[in-house]
Amino acid sequence: MNLKFDSPLFEVIRDEKKCIKCKTCVLECSNKVHSYDEKKDIFKADDMKCVNCHRCVALCPTKALIIKKYPLEFRENAVWTESAIKEIFKQSQSGGVLLSSMGNPNPSPIYWDKMLLNASQVTNPSIDPLREPIETKVMIGRKPEKLEFASNGKLITKMPPQVTLNVPVMFAAMSYGAISPNAHEALARAAEELGICYNTGEGGLNKDFYKYRKNTVVQVASGRFGVHKEYLNAGVAIEIKIGQGAKPGIGGHLPGRKVCEDVSTTRMIPVGSDAISPALHHDIYSIEDLRQLIYSLKEVTHYEKPVFVKIAAVHNAAAISSGALRAGADAIVVDGFRGGTGAAPTRVRDNVGIPIELALASIDQRLREEGIRNQGSLLISGSIRNSADIVKAIALGADAVCIGTAALIALGCHMCRTCVTGKCNWGIATQDLELVKRLEPDVMYKRLVNLVSAWNHEIQEMLGGMGMNAVDSLRGNRLMLRGIDLNQKELEILGIKYAGE
Amino acid sequence: MKTINALDVHYRKLNDSIDSAIKVDKSITLNNVFGQRYIGRGLPKGVKIKIHGIPGNDMSAYMGGAKIEVLGNAQDAIGNTMNSGRIIIHGRCGDTLGYAMRGGEIYVEGNVGYRVGIHMKEYKDMKPLIVIGGKAGDFLGEYMAGGSIILLGLNLAEGEEIVGRFCATGIHGGKIYINGNPDKYKFGKEVEKVSLTDEDTAFLKKHIALYAKFFKKDLSHLKLEYFSKYMTVNKNPYSNMYCSN
Repeated sequence: MNLKFDSPLFEVIRDEKKCIKCKTCVLECSNKVHSYDEKKDIFKADDMKCVNCHRCVALCPTKALIIKKYPLEFRENAVWTESAIKEIFKQSQSGGVLLSSMGNPNPSPIYWDKMLLNASQVTNPSIDPLREPIETKVMIGRKPEKLEFASNGKLITKMPPQVTLNVPVMFAAMSYGAISPNAHEALARAAEELGICYNTGEGGLNKDFYKYRKNTVVQVASGRFGVHKEYLNAGVAIEIKIGQGAKPGIGGHLPGRKVCEDVSTTRMIPVGSDAISPALHHDIYSIEDLRQLIYSLKEVTHYEKPVFVKIAAVHNAAAISSGALRAGADAIVVDGFRGGTGAAPTRVRDNVGIPIELALASIDQRLREEGIRNQGSLLISGSIRNSADIVKAIALGADAVCIGTAALIALGCHMCRTCVTGKCNWGIATQDLELVKRLEPDVMYKRLVNLVSAWNHEIQEMLGGMGMNAVDSLRGNRLMLRGIDLNQKELEILGIKYAGE
Repeated sequence: MKTINALDVHYRKLNDSIDSAIKVDKSITLNNVFGQRYIGRGLPKGVKIKIHGIPGNDMSAYMGGAKIEVLGNAQDAIGNTMNSGRIIIHGRCGDTLGYAMRGGEIYVEGNVGYRVGIHMKEYKDMKPLIVIGGKAGDFLGEYMAGGSIILLGLNLAEGEEIVGRFCATGIHGGKIYINGNPDKYKFGKEVEKVSLTDEDTAFLKKHIALYAKFFKKDLSHLKLEYFSKYMTVNKNPYSNMYCSN
């Protein structure tokens, strides 16, 4: 007998008094949880299939549905928790490597919440952003050692290429393949309206998207999918993906079943073929090799685009960042331990890498000590949840942040963390055309614009509160931060004082 | 035909002067090339470059249709992520030749280094090809996803082996043709040796004839029936490796 030990994660509860039998739930659920038995005139729910994505709940016209955590409990045990037991069930059943979606959900310390911002009182008066301009525009790219001006005041120094962001936020790299074309369109349109950038991810770029070039960062990863001269010139910057916070040391793998006609065209591989990007670029075994790739990209784009290097936040991220800058990178993108993903081996996601706050602080410190902080911008990502996280990141030394998960939540993601199935009911992490069309770019891009605009105003308010009228005045200004609930070593790495000091 | 003297010229300047030269004359000759990188990067169809000397790393990176002939050896990463065009090298080549190339042809007269043809992929009528006259190092065709590699193994010395270890590890598309029958341990577990079809024989004939023509060699002694063909067992090699958590 083939015994299966799995039990549902969620329970679907239907209020029969409220249900008007419209069958929306049956039609909407791609996981086929809901069904209607015509003969008996009843609705059934297969709890085993429910992922708690809230699609049925949100669309139920009478709010007759509730999804709850399945009440089945194991005997209490602080060591052998429910997830520890269930993961063993799954692996002993399948023999497979556990694969999870989205960022690490475990309660590791979130340092953003342990840092507090300053504000002016009496001296250095605060500024009201409703009445006075507060600059949140940032320029991403290499900055010259010094600026030289002619006698008429004109700048003589030739500036290296820069990317202008009206808000210190970019949409993080999410490939077409991992997310749907409509999700990409919403990101691109929002980036255009906001004057920021989105990032193609490593899956190449559909020609229809070339019109967003002023707001596009194109990515190059080890598999080089869809990478060619035109693509490399189709954005304002190029990002080399070395690593990703959710899976440092692990490459990307888009399963063949997600390589549909459109994804095949963009990635330039046959339909149904696996798209494998190993962890390492096999032509990069050293900083010198990285330099070779950076300069090959600069050569083919005639030194007109800054080249970013994206790494995962790992133990020696500071030394790697220093090496990457010296290799010619114009910006370093560091993705932290809690960063999102379409799919990553669970063990890697939850155990490899370090929190972005600590990585950021140590990288900024190291680059300053080496006197090369001006040689490139520092972008960070991996669980930026709100504008306060951004302000703290800038005070720790970031030039700007990238948001992936937050952007997807704005597009309707309910964090059910089952992207890997490709059945996303919200039309985000899927290539199923029926599901994709549920995400209307026309409507949804505005939600992204709303989110980032609201954050921008909040950033201005916090800056104004500190008596500053520009993001640039806050960058690396760690005196504006104080720690709570942190030990001496953590304070030392973050380079901040304790609250009250 | 315009001639450029590359002696002691930095690659950036050299590549700039190639860009300007091809605006006037699409056929150019480079003399005294000595390790300059990125020659021919991204150059389009119609451009023809003849190189005297030794081009440096990443020659023909992202190339979009140009034809390059090297009268000498070439360094590493030639034809990196190349889209189309043709490279003929009258000599030997270093490592990672044809990394992720998606189209076009590369002919190398002699031996090549490690990790040649890795990540090669094909798309519709773009089918990249690498023809190697001599032997290849370890990891030939690693992660290969499309296109073809032909390894002729000409002029091997006594005891010299035609291919290194880990050949075609992680292959999930494309074909590798090897003159001979190397030991099985040299191949990744994803590879299968299959018999040559008529189509394969015609394909080999055509490209061996081109090789002979480019390098002015008589290859009439080569017997096609001695060639082995290697392909992937499965184009989704890792589909059963995971369980959703």
